[in-house]
Formats: sequence, structure tokens, C-alpha cells
Amino acid sequence: MDIVSLLQLIVSSSLVYAAPLIFTALGGTFSERSGVVNIGLEGIMVMGAFMSAIFNLSFYSTFGAMTPWLGLLAGGVIGILFSLIHAVATINLRADHIVSGTVINLAAPALAVFLTRAIYGAAQTGPLARSFGFSDIFLLEKIPVIGPIFFQNTSGPAYLGILVAIIAWVVLFKTRFGLRLRSVGEHPHAAETLGINVYLMKYSGVMISGFLGGIGGAIQAQAIHNEFGILTVAGQGFIAMAAMIFGKWNPLGAMGAAIFFGFAQSLARIGNYIPIIQDIPGVWLQVLPYLLTIIILVGVVGRSTAPKDLGNTFIRSK
Amino acid sequence: MAQTERVIEMKGITKRFGEFKANDNINLNVEKGEIHALLGENGAGKSTLMNILSGLLEPTSGEIYVNGKKAKIDSPEKANQLGIGMVHQHFMLVDKFTVAENIMLGKEKHNYGFMDDEGAEKDVKDLSDRYGLTVDPSARIEDISVGMQQRAEILKTLFRGADILIFDEPTGVLTPQEIDELMDIMKKLTDEGKSIILITHKLDEIKKVADRCTVIRRGQSIDTVNVKNTSQQELADMMVGRSVSFKVDKIASVPQGPVLEIKNLTVKESRGLEAVKNIDLEVKAGEVLGIAGIDGNGQSELIQAITGLTKAESGTIKLDGKDITGEKPREVTETGLGHIPEDRHRHGLVLPMKLEENMTLQQYYQKPFSKNGLLNHGKIKEFAKKLIEEFDVRTQSEESTAASLSGGNQQKAIIAREISRNPALLIAAQPTRGLDVGAIEYIHKRLIEQRDNGKAVLLMSYELDEVMNVSDRIAVMYDGKIVAIVRADETSENELGLLMAGVSLEKAKKELAGKDIKAGTAGAAGAAGNAENDGKERATVANDETE
Repeated sequence: MDIVSLLQLIVSSSLVYAAPLIFTALGGTFSERSGVVNIGLEGIMVMGAFMSAIFNLSFYSTFGAMTPWLGLLAGGVIGILFSLIHAVATINLRADHIVSGTVINLAAPALAVFLTRAIYGAAQTGPLARSFGFSDIFLLEKIPVIGPIFFQNTSGPAYLGILVAIIAWVVLFKTRFGLRLRSVGEHPHAAETLGINVYLMKYSGVMISGFLGGIGGAIQAQAIHNEFGILTVAGQGFIAMAAMIFGKWNPLGAMGAAIFFGFAQSLARIGNYIPIIQDIPGVWLQVLPYLLTIIILVGVVGRSTAPKDLGNTFIRSK
Repeated sequence: MAQTERVIEMKGITKRFGEFKANDNINLNVEKGEIHALLGENGAGKSTLMNILSGLLEPTSGEIYVNGKKAKIDSPEKANQLGIGMVHQHFMLVDKFTVAENIMLGKEKHNYGFMDDEGAEKDVKDLSDRYGLTVDPSARIEDISVGMQQRAEILKTLFRGADILIFDEPTGVLTPQEIDELMDIMKKLTDEGKSIILITHKLDEIKKVADRCTVIRRGQSIDTVNVKNTSQQELADMMVGRSVSFKVDKIASVPQGPVLEIKNLTVKESRGLEAVKNIDLEVKAGEVLGIAGIDGNGQSELIQAITGLTKAESGTIKLDGKDITGEKPREVTETGLGHIPEDRHRHGLVLPMKLEENMTLQQYYQKPFSKNGLLNHGKIKEFAKKLIEEFDVRTQSEESTAASLSGGNQQKAIIAREISRNPALLIAAQPTRGLDVGAIEYIHKRLIEQRDNGKAVLLMSYELDEVMNVSDRIAVMYDGKIVAIVRADETSENELGLLMAGVSLEKAKKELAGKDIKAGTAGAAGAAGNAENDGKERATVANDETE
């Protein structure tokens, strides 16, 4: 294999695995910037994956090649609905964020698999009708050398994710909405005294995280597994949260970290083609992403600074 | 002030929290262009009243008139609209945001939702120039001094068009220089036609800037007086509800055998530098030994070593004849130590826990509070109730969390706990920091009582007045060493000031004998020059020199 096609293989498979993580990590960033810990992202991804699979199988004849892209929306919408449970529990009912998130993580797979059985009579949906496959990025593919490596036969959703990350960064750091959202995660009482609707901001943060997390799950189902089953998401939500922390709650950082984790995950698939690591047993490469997650969480969390009021319940002074 | 236009009138304000009346039929009226002080002890209900005025709390009953019109202030925005702005005691600032962002938050300058940072910073600059409140609009809050943070907080209210500014204990966190600046700012604001309500328990500040003063005691408004015609003593008496003495009454001490014996003690601080350098010190039964010194000369580390919170590098510490060097805090406590820690929130109390639990923190595992590993809540409650009564800790109940108490009452709770165990040695580190005169008087009395009962007391304080008033002997610490031990009745503030700046005792005596008290303009002598002012101010001056 020549060097260009090797690089293309590494880049494209890294991006394929990174795409769900990018979206979900961005979702987590919005939620946590508003002060709500959302470990329920794992469960939200499961619901997004489930919903997109159903959508995909039900509507492929209507929408044709657009089906997986619209499946993202379907996943995003169910993600919002599920995140609302978390929002009501943590914001209005003052539940512990971790407990509420855990409930979502336990409930989502159970519900999704139950419904899958009810609809398809098996624990998996079976192969989807239209998956993302690989696509070329319009115009950019034509750039010499760089085009083939980065923009040919690559993951469309990942590039959408990169675009969304840039938008998310602008929203968080350059807009009024972003400033208010961040103020609520840092010092909600200060925000309150300045007339900012703290609850609304926290709801926005959590619902955006639900939308993006649902999309993350939808990509996972439609681009990587090409079906929905209990193992479709399996920990990706947690890895996305690690990426969010590694990226220091910054959308661009989270995106970078997600691509790094995507690369780590892809090694298990393409390790055989890469000269240096060819001889490492496959099982090690499969363990690698999780190991890296732990190492990074232990090594980096201490130094990275979370939003100051993260995980606390906001009680209106009255 | 020719015009007497009432900008604020609060009539019969009552605020209940359950059974507890934080405000009981309070009346307050503020005139345009005045600085109106609101004086009261910790927990008297000043902050509650002001939270009502700024829309953070709703009164149970009572009426508020703003500029003559009846107003219902049910949210902070409503207060903003009415021109009322609050400068909070704990600044309502987002650390990671810039000064401009903090000031604009909620009323941002933007183009179609996108922040206009440059425009915002320019607006803030204009505003700060207009009122002489120097800030750097683009600096992050976490990077600037407390004084500048406070100016940002003031600008925040001005930016929202506030005409009535409430300052909630604004000087607690400031250095003496910053306090002076703040006083100037407040006067300037009233010159511009703003009205100010100043919440405080510091009498000298009221005398310095306020025009009128409303005194609140136990949730009730006692009186509104003209500050010019009222002495500090009168204000203090009104606030506490009895005659307060600024001087500590005490008889001569009768020292007996040594209780605490420290030999060649060296302690390192967290960065590994020697903070306490080869100290010898003895505290006898029946005496109060004061430790004077500027903050950061090894006092904290010395106390941490005695109490077992830090390991001594070398040397020995004996308590009541027993070697306690390197023992764990529990052993030291059981040997006979009471400790009123410097930071009551970090080392004194477990804030989210109940008061009764806090009061048995060192004894919960002993009988009768615990039996076979199970707590006896009945006994714990009984004990707490007794202490609350005996030490006059004002709380809703013994089941309230420690966090819900005011600072003075938290301190009383700690003192109750420590003294109730009747320790051979009581260490009191900064025992009256942030407290009002009534509480200070009470705590000093308790320390002297402990001494008169034949116990040893080690008092560490940065306030010279306190050290001189309460102690029998004073050890002055400078640069980790004890530079001199003097008798409290034979020394002067000037002498201590020089010693604290590192001047040796002979030199200090010579200098003071040679010159009049007025002397001392430059150098170390300058540190002692302001002896009439409070000890802190000089401390800061000298501190700048040592650094």
C-alpha cells in the first residue's frame, strides 16, 4: 500500500469513528457549560441510534439517498425528548445530576431493545437500508495530495461535525446566548441578579446536548454498525464525555479530542495495515481507546477547569 | 443637602423564615444624596432587609416606596428598573469573564446576537472614567485585585442606571488603602446625586462617611440617628442593646507552671521553605500569651504544628508535660488542647452539618455521645442545647446547619465547643476576625475567663489592639522567629510596630526613647508611625517592605 492510500485509510477510518464522538462531545459541552452534568449522553446516544435505525428502515423508499441524513434529525429529536427528562429532573426537581443521568443510561438501552424486539422480533434491527458509506467532499477532493488523503472516500458526518464544532465555538464564545449560557454554568446567582433566566439557559444547554447526542447515536448506527442493537453504542457516550473534558469544555478542543479518540478506535480495524503496529495483538488495540480514556481522565481532569458551578443545583433565592 | 427627598421608604417590613423572624416590623427611609448606614450585629437582619429591597427576597408583610411611589419589588430586574443596585458582599462576578462581560451581562452590547466586545469595552471605559472607578475592561475577574473586582461590581450597578446603591459590608475583603479609596468613591457617587445604603458593623467607617445611621438589633429597627451627633460608643451600645466596653476588663494574671513548652521548633510550609525557625516558647497556666506579627511571618505554621495539623521539622512540643510532637490532632486534642482555628470555615466547622453535630466533633466517639459505635443523638442534642444556651449562640435550632449561622454565631459555636472541654491550653487564632463589637467583647471576655480559671491561652492575632488588650505577655514573630517577648502592660503600639517590622528590641527602645511618638516617617519606623490607626494598616505597610 502506498503512503497516500495508507494515510487516506488512517484519516478516513479515524473520522468515521470520530464522527459520533464529535457530536456527542459537543452536546456534552453545551450541557456542562450551562452547569448540568449530562452523563445521560450514553443513553441519549442509544435512543438516537435506535430512532435513526427505525427511521432508516421505514422511510428509505421515500427519501432514498437522503435517508441517513434525515435519520440524524430523527435521532436528534428523540435525543431532545430524552434530555428533557434529565432537564426536568435536575433543574426543576433538583435531582442529583449523576443519578438522573444514570437512570437515563439504564432506561434507554432497555427501552430501545424492548421496542426493537416488539417491532422486529429480534434484539437487533438487522442491516439498515441506507448507510452513510464513504463520500467525497465537494470541491475539496480535487486539491492535489491533500484532497485524496483528507477529502476522498471519507466520512461525510465527520465533516459535518467539524463544521458544527466551529459553529458551536462561535455560539458559545461570540454570541450573547453563549455568554449567558456560560454565566449560568459559572455563577448562576450572579446571572440571576442580572435578570437572566437561569432555568431557560440550563434547559437550552441540556436540550442542545440531547439534540447533538441523539445525532451522535444516529451516526453510530448508520455509519459504523449499520444496524441497531444493544452493542451499537456501548460506551461511546462516555468516551465522548472524556473527549469533552480532554478538550477543556471548548467545542474545538472537544472536536480535536474526539478525532483523537476516533483514531484510537480505528486502530483496531486498520492496525493490520500500519507497518509499526502490525504485530500488536488486536485485542490490545481494541482495549486501547478505553485505556486512553482512563489515562486521559486521570491525567488531564485535575488540570482542566470545569465550569465553576457544574453539577450544583440552582435554587432561586426566594 | 437642602432637599429632603425620600428615595426609599420601607415601612413595617417583616420577613419570616418559618418560625424565625429575620426582620420584625423594620422601618427605614433614605434621602436623596445621602450615605445611609445600616448598622447591626452579625445576624441582626441587615442583609435580609437589603435582599428584600433588591428583589432577592419577598417580605412577609410591609410596604416599600421608591421615590414616593409604592413598589412591589419581586425580582432583581424589578429592582434594577427602579434604580436600585446592590454591591454584594460576596461579589456576583463570573471569575472567568472579563470585567466588561460581567458588567454587560444581561444587557449585552451586540449585533444580531453577536457580541460587540470592543463597543462594550469602550462603554465600560467611558463609564469608569466618568465615576473615577478605574478598571481594566478587558481583564479577567480572576486576574485582578479584590479592589478592582469591587469597582467592577459597582460599575455593574451604575451601568444599569442605579440611583440607589446598596453596599453590603463592602470593606471586609479590602486592604486599608482600598477601603480609603472606596470611601472616596462613595462620597463621589453621592456628589453625583446617587444615594447609598451602607451595610456594616464597623463603627469607624460609619463615622467616616455616613450621614445618617439606622440601627437594627435582632430584626427590629431601633433608631435612626444623625451620625455627626452620635459617638461611636453610643452607636455600639444601640447596636448591641447594652453598654459595650472597647477595653477588656481584667485583673492581673497569676501565672503558674508551664502548660505549653516549645523547644527548637522548626516548621516548613507547603512549599518546603522554613516558616518557623528554631523557636522556643512557653505558655504558663493562668496567662494569655499573645502572638503579634504581620500576616505570613510563621504564626499560622506555628499553630498548625502545635495542633498537629502539620508535622514539625525538628524540635519538641510539650503539652501539660506530655510530648506531643508529631502526634495526630486527635491525640493532641485529647491531651488537653482547645483550638479556635484561623479559618473557621476550613478548619472550624463542617458547614453542611448540623450545629449539634459540629458541637460534638471532637467527642462524638466518646461516652456518652456514642456507645458501641452507635451515636446517641439524644445526648448530643442535649449537650448542644446546653452550649447554645450557655454561649448565647443565636440559631433557629440545634439542628440548623452550621452554614446557616452568621459569622459571629459560627465563631461562638466553635468557642463553645472548645471551651466546654475545659482544655489546659486554648489556642485562639484570629478569634474575632470579621465580627462586630458585641461579639468581639464577648469572645475576649471568654478568653480572659479561661485564663482566670487557671488555664493557658495562646492568642494569635494580626490586630494589634486585640493582642494588647487581651494578652499578658506578647511574643512578636518576624520572619519565622520570635524577635521579642514583652509584657503587654509595659509595651506600646509603637514598640510592637517596630518589632513586627523586624527591628530588634534594644533598637526599638532606643529609637522610641530618642524620638517623640510622632516620629517615624520612613523605613521600618514608618511602619510604626500610624500607631493610632488600626493595627492592620501598619501591618500592610510593613508587609510591603518585607516582600
